[in-house]
Amino acid sequence: MQTPAPFDYERATSLDGAIQALDRLGSDARVIAGGHSLLPMMKLRLAKPSHLVDINDLHELEYIREQDGQIRIGALTRHVDLQRSDLLARHFPLFRDAENVIADPPVRNRGTIGGSLCQADAAEDLSSVCSAVKAQVVIRGTGGERVVDMSDFHVGPYTTAVGAGEILTEVRLPLRPGGGSAHEKVERRAGDWAIAAASAALWMEGGTISNAGVALSSVGLTTIHLTRAEELLGGKPPSDDLFSQAAAIASEDSSPMPDGRGPVDYKRHLAGVLTGRALRRAAARAINQEA
Amino acid sequence: MNVSMTVNGEQVSHDVEPRQLLVHFIRETLGLKGTHWGCDTSNCGACVVLMDGRPVKSCTVLAAMCEGHEIRTVESLERNGRLDPIQEGFHEKHGLQCGFCTPGMLMTTRALLDENPDPSEEEIRTAISGAICRCTGYKNIVAAVRWAAEHEEVAR
Amino acid sequence: MSVVEERPIGFGRLKRKEDERFIRGKGNYLDDLELPGMVHGAVLRSPYAHAKILSIDTSRALAHPGVAAVVTAKDLETLGLAWMPTISYDTQAVLAGDKVRFQGQEVAFVIATDEYTANDALELIDVEYEPLPAIVNARKALDPDAPLIRDDKADQVDNTASPTWEAGDQAAADKAFAEADTVVSRDIIYPRCHPAPLETCGIIADFNPETGQLDIYNGNQAPHAHRTVYAHVAGLAEHMIRIKTGDIGGGFGNKVPIYPGYVCAIAGSIVAGVPVKWVENRSENLMSTGFARDYVMKAEMCAKDGRITGLRVDTIADHGAFDSTAQPTRFPAGFFHIVCGSYDLAAAHVKVKAVYTNKAPGGVAYRCSFRVTEAVYLVERMVDALAMEMDTDPIDLRMRSFIAPEQFPYETTTGWTYDSGNYAETMRVAMEMAGYEDLRREQAEKRARGELMGIGVSFFTEGVGAGPRKHMDILGLSMNDGADLRVHPSGKATVSISAQTQGQGHETTFAQIVAEELGIPPEDVEVRHGDTDKSPYGLGTYGSRSTPVSGGAVAVVSRKVRDKARLIAATMLETTPDDLAWEKGRWYVKGDPEKGAMIEEIAERAYSGDPMPEGMEGGLDGQTIYDPPNLTYPYGAYIAVVDIDPDTAEVKVRRFIAVDDCGVRINPMVVDGQIHGGLAEGIGIALMEVITFDEEGNCLNSSFMDYLIPTALETPDFELGETVTPCPHHPLGAKGVGESPNVGSPPAIVNAVIDALHESHGVDHLDMPCTPARVWAAMQGRPEPPQ
Repeated sequence: MQTPAPFDYERATSLDGAIQALDRLGSDARVIAGGHSLLPMMKLRLAKPSHLVDINDLHELEYIREQDGQIRIGALTRHVDLQRSDLLARHFPLFRDAENVIADPPVRNRGTIGGSLCQADAAEDLSSVCSAVKAQVVIRGTGGERVVDMSDFHVGPYTTAVGAGEILTEVRLPLRPGGGSAHEKVERRAGDWAIAAASAALWMEGGTISNAGVALSSVGLTTIHLTRAEELLGGKPPSDDLFSQAAAIASEDSSPMPDGRGPVDYKRHLAGVLTGRALRRAAARAINQEA
Repeated sequence: MNVSMTVNGEQVSHDVEPRQLLVHFIRETLGLKGTHWGCDTSNCGACVVLMDGRPVKSCTVLAAMCEGHEIRTVESLERNGRLDPIQEGFHEKHGLQCGFCTPGMLMTTRALLDENPDPSEEEIRTAISGAICRCTGYKNIVAAVRWAAEHEEVAR
Repeated sequence: MSVVEERPIGFGRLKRKEDERFIRGKGNYLDDLELPGMVHGAVLRSPYAHAKILSIDTSRALAHPGVAAVVTAKDLETLGLAWMPTISYDTQAVLAGDKVRFQGQEVAFVIATDEYTANDALELIDVEYEPLPAIVNARKALDPDAPLIRDDKADQVDNTASPTWEAGDQAAADKAFAEADTVVSRDIIYPRCHPAPLETCGIIADFNPETGQLDIYNGNQAPHAHRTVYAHVAGLAEHMIRIKTGDIGGGFGNKVPIYPGYVCAIAGSIVAGVPVKWVENRSENLMSTGFARDYVMKAEMCAKDGRITGLRVDTIADHGAFDSTAQPTRFPAGFFHIVCGSYDLAAAHVKVKAVYTNKAPGGVAYRCSFRVTEAVYLVERMVDALAMEMDTDPIDLRMRSFIAPEQFPYETTTGWTYDSGNYAETMRVAMEMAGYEDLRREQAEKRARGELMGIGVSFFTEGVGAGPRKHMDILGLSMNDGADLRVHPSGKATVSISAQTQGQGHETTFAQIVAEELGIPPEDVEVRHGDTDKSPYGLGTYGSRSTPVSGGAVAVVSRKVRDKARLIAATMLETTPDDLAWEKGRWYVKGDPEKGAMIEEIAERAYSGDPMPEGMEGGLDGQTIYDPPNLTYPYGAYIAVVDIDPDTAEVKVRRFIAVDDCGVRINPMVVDGQIHGGLAEGIGIALMEVITFDEEGNCLNSSFMDYLIPTALETPDFELGETVTPCPHHPLGAKGVGESPNVGSPPAIVNAVIDALHESHGVDHLDMPCTPARVWAAMQGRPEPPQ
């Protein structure tokens, strides 16, 4: 079996301790939480960190709660807990949509939201989910805490705003009335990464869309924020035609690469189809919510 | 480094390399060969064990990360010479052929029944969707889990 | 009498004996075994598909703590082990010395204290390569400017791997086509796929320098044949080699061949004098061990007066860099010429040429009897194409063209003698189970609403159970199997067989055969296998041959023992053998049924101090080597129902109806299990399992992230039915079934997908796998072949 190269391991007992360790060890050190992105890469020897800082004991980072008009999710929250959270499903049902199709149940028992976001794989579902609901993430380093919008979080392929010596600690989802959301994914087989996936969130006010969030997975080098589609949707009443226009934008604004999952034109096509579907379901949910 | 954990109800403590995978700790350090492995990429599920009651892929967990945790492997299912209903179910319904995926399947479905004593076919299929069986086509595994669900009370 | 009737013996849904250890996690697989002093091997593999090796520097690896040795081709040359023979009379590099010919080819073998250290050392071997252009497309392998892959072979001038092989009558086929009223043609690819058993391949070689004994622990499907080959390869005496298989975590053909890693481990143990373990990882398994299929086929089929009359096939077989295709010696394209299928054709002609490419060698049968799978896929796709052209129902065309029951035994135009069958009856059972007419109605309604539903049919006939020694051998070894049966003084029995289970349940079903024949409980029969020192010679388990060949052997040896028991019983009962009649477990006096002897009593007598019949030795045992008079020909009717998402092109197999006729079923539970497993693998091949390469020859499916295997969510709740047409020449009337579902299901699914898309999207052909992307491309009018 493939095995990781040697490394040093340290188990953090406090968040500050973890941050200090990362700061001390430098860029060759990596945080390990669920380990389901990092360990397979280490086994394939595509990643060879010299140090791992294990944050699994930092239970203070494991929560989903409502606070200050936000849903706040600790970075160490496992996929399975996101999937099962009724609080989350009530306000942001797209999380459950996504979690039902992210990897498989044993993987979901270990993998964390923080790990998924920080891996910043363009094929990863939670990045587009968090983008669509206009989440903010809290990043903490030796210099203190900062809050970053999801729109600024992805810096490039596999790179995020989280710097050396920093840890993503929390995801914040602003609560606004009249919201509905949905996530749609097509995969080659259960448990596979998406061929394409679309996340959509709509907020309704008096029969019109007051705010919209749309993002795509797997159809570009990074998660794609469909700002053109969001602008189109804002201030208009929901309609099939409107969603079809937004879907067309999704196809245009995606920039997929051809690979074993499919050619470019198919992925563009899917980006449109799934955006349309996600918007229609999000609207239906928003209208239910509003009613 | 030293790592201590509970495995099948017993406290164990060993010196390990930080990079040792849990599956190797179980198989080689502890000599419990019932837990298998079948891939390098967390896809096949042959290595599933329970960590604090939840199925995890032991090829994608470091032994070091299990400090203070509770691990259960297939060897724990039979108690006092009495098979767990899930073991009986796999035998009764021909839920195994080559037997290689069986320990992972048994632990996955044991955990399912602990949480959901009366799972539907769809729930069973979803629960085992992280594990590959090359022999059975899953039909008899589903039947085995249903058998166990129906015989759980009687057996205990 | 009542005693006899109460005994639960013989055939039936007996729960498996072997489960006891597996459900407790007490199986004994290769990697579970640890021997004192054992060291671990790891293989360095080529990152290039085709490259000259300029230099190999092992010094950094050798200096790494814990590394005992690093073996390269140079070291093997001194032992005469740098090249090894393949199963098809080609040669294969054990470790590449001159150049590498496929990505993943073995370049060096590290021996270290443990697996982690051995893996570390692989990164410390410095190999300098000079990349060469690679050929990964069989159709381009014979281009005049194609690079020569096998420049190691003296007479090799191009990439032809073996002379063109033909079957059937070309002139007669041409005549059938000239007289036909409908002709269709298709280019059909059966893409490369991989058996990928859940347990990868591995070995422990343990050479004892004092005794000269070599013990090999290796989960393989043909231990006796392996031993013979090792004796030739390593120059060791065959009787000093012992192979123990232990439990095998699935084989499906992947564990038939001998791989370079095995030879490296054996060489390592001979040199080092300690046991050497090597277990491949999943990438190694997918990139370098026995693949399956990879047939590029051009086919034409014709009809006259509403019946199928002729078939012409021109095929290129892609063997990869070395020809290690598994098939009987005289059949270089395996049983591919069974391609006439279940139909009474006037004529057929089949042509197969084989090429080398820069891909892994193999060509093993993935749950398939030597290319029967490719043949069945081809003919069943062509029948559907023909039905489409004739605008007739695909089942109607099959029904009109089937070989009729009264034509059996039936000689096909390509040289097979089918044993028995009633095809139309089996087809009718499947139609009834499926509710075929209702499905067609539902489909019409859905079509009207723009929904895509497909119904696909296949009807396969397989030739399995190779085979008669007058027709077939592998590497000069007859394809027969032995059985030794000993009934002990207490009446319990041990039967030793040469078939090798990889999950098929032999410990149960072979006990049932003895039980049925001797009338003793199956739990009183122990089945021994998987140890060349303790089992009779035979060629192992693949090609669905366990029941047809080893099953025949066990039945025959049981009857020999029963006949001996009759003579002993006559002595015991003071009568003549002719005066005795047999019932479950007992010889009794005709006309006086109360007077008889149970098999246990006869066994006790056979070992006692009491006299035996005149001239007979004591004991109650026997042995045999079974030479099957013919292959057996199981068949079946499969119907798949698929739904396709019109927007995303995802294919869902909603229902799968499989009606198999495999003759008499020894353990119907085990038979059902075999069918379930084969259907899941067939669905995998039809929808997702494929090994592809990019232009440079990089393997694109080298882990389970990209070699996709169906999970419980892609496999439907299979619906099984059966008809029973006994095999007339098999002692039990059984035909073998392990591979039928994998053979029969892919064409049913592909036919269903095309059926769903034909009317709305004009799709009349699509190659596997039917992934969402490929189905979508077909819907856009681009049914592209796989890479």
